[in-house]
Amino acid sequence: MTGPAGTVLETVVREEWGRLTSLLLARYRRLDLVEDALGDAVEAAARRWTADGTPDNPSAWLLTTARRRVIDRVRAESMAHRKAPLLVTDAERSQERQAAMADPGGLVEDDRLRLVLMCTHPALAPEAASALALRLVLGVSTHDIARLFLVSEPTAAARITRAKKKIVAAGIPFAVPAAEVLPERLDTVAQTAYLAFTAGYAPGSGPDLLRADLAGEAIRLARVVVDLCPDEPAPVALLALMLLQHSRRDARVDADGRLVLLADQDRRRWRRDEIDEALGLLAGPVLTGPVSPLAASYVVQARIAAEHATAASAKDTRWDRIVDLYDLLLQLVPSPSARLARAVAVAEASGPGPGLAALDGIEAVGSHRVAAVRAELLARSGDTVAARTAYAEAIAACHNDTERAHLVERQQALPDAGGDRSTG
Amino acid sequence: MTESMRRYVVLVAYEPGQWESASEALRQEYFAAHHAFEEYVDAHGRRISSAPLAGADTATTIRHVDGVASVTDGPFVESVEQVGGYYDVELPDLDSAIAAGRLLPSSYAVEIRPAVTVEGYERG
Repeated sequence: MTGPAGTVLETVVREEWGRLTSLLLARYRRLDLVEDALGDAVEAAARRWTADGTPDNPSAWLLTTARRRVIDRVRAESMAHRKAPLLVTDAERSQERQAAMADPGGLVEDDRLRLVLMCTHPALAPEAASALALRLVLGVSTHDIARLFLVSEPTAAARITRAKKKIVAAGIPFAVPAAEVLPERLDTVAQTAYLAFTAGYAPGSGPDLLRADLAGEAIRLARVVVDLCPDEPAPVALLALMLLQHSRRDARVDADGRLVLLADQDRRRWRRDEIDEALGLLAGPVLTGPVSPLAASYVVQARIAAEHATAASAKDTRWDRIVDLYDLLLQLVPSPSARLARAVAVAEASGPGPGLAALDGIEAVGSHRVAAVRAELLARSGDTVAARTAYAEAIAACHNDTERAHLVERQQALPDAGGDRSTG
Repeated sequence: MTESMRRYVVLVAYEPGQWESASEALRQEYFAAHHAFEEYVDAHGRRISSAPLAGADTATTIRHVDGVASVTDGPFVESVEQVGGYYDVELPDLDSAIAAGRLLPSSYAVEIRPAVTVEGYERG
């Protein structure tokens, strides 16, 4: 569907999917029916709006149409005397629901939070939770979710279906938990959004270097949560972190689709508005008080990204501050990838020797990155033979086509080691 | 009980010998944790039944191999932690079951499983 009606439909689906899903769920408590009904309504809209013109209130049109579909299905089922499991909601809330339908206000926003919390419940496997949140809160297609997580479409669909089944079978509620548990639940929401984001930015294999548009969907998910809970540190810190990383998307790949390293990126292509927004979030009052370890780790990572974002050029980067921030991060999350990034920063701040020393003992099983960094630092320190071996190790372990091409190029660019070979 | 109650079996697992080696003070802490769990369930739902189980070394397993029901010594699987007891409860949803389960001693692994009715099972 093209033309103005198509654009309106696209926008309303993009912006209203989560609100409509949560409204329908709150009312009918049938996770199995709601999404199908909404999908049917969107299909009907694609046909009818082109023929009859766009309705005055497109979102209300979709809601009414989807509601009719749900009612039809429920009727058909009750005729067949079939018992279907219901989603857990407070029974007395049905009265409230009527009011919410007539007057979409605060209650509706509360329903969206219920939807986000249900999709990202810690009882669901993190990848399934991410997929489900993208699907139900944002309406991202199963096709795109499969692309994001590098799985086949049937696998993505099965993951989402299984998560939906578990919600109903295990009794995961469509509810906002008690105030004392809410912050830790929002930490899980943030982790779920970040998982989807990193899937978009660190593809493990295949030809895609970036799935930046899909990473953008994860940012949208974080925005929904920040809008709903503006005083919660974890989502705010995560949004800042993701915006800073995302702001570099246009500069990360060159015209031929090859990876451009941070130092070589054209900084004019970074999105200033996103950087400014992130810096504003980092400076805001929400992050000044005590925060959870997870939120603190997002804050520190965002501050590292902010050091890059605010450096006028690669050589103006304050690597000393970045090393300090990585030391802080390692106290919070002692992960191999953080140690690797710290070693890179040490090399930039103090030279390849200290950098190589900082690489010692980092175990990142199945990853090419430690070998790739070692190769680069060996090359810089003039040890061409060892650099060649390390590049070979990195190339063998790398499963991303674009990154592998980059490594091969670096290896071939090494000065001719013929003389070394004759002596060794 | 309202229609919206759900039935959960809460399985608790712990390392064999943990209870036997516990001091009197630690045993009192365990009792207090179980009482807190039971009070939570009473306040939010209903206790159906519960029991501590004898050690996994007293278990007997029946398994059908080649059409013959063989009876063997021992539990299903060898693992460090063994199922040591269970609660059969009714609670409104998984979050309340998790809230209750969190009150149990922190050395336990607690598995929450929804109980189901199998259609067509009841005899007419």
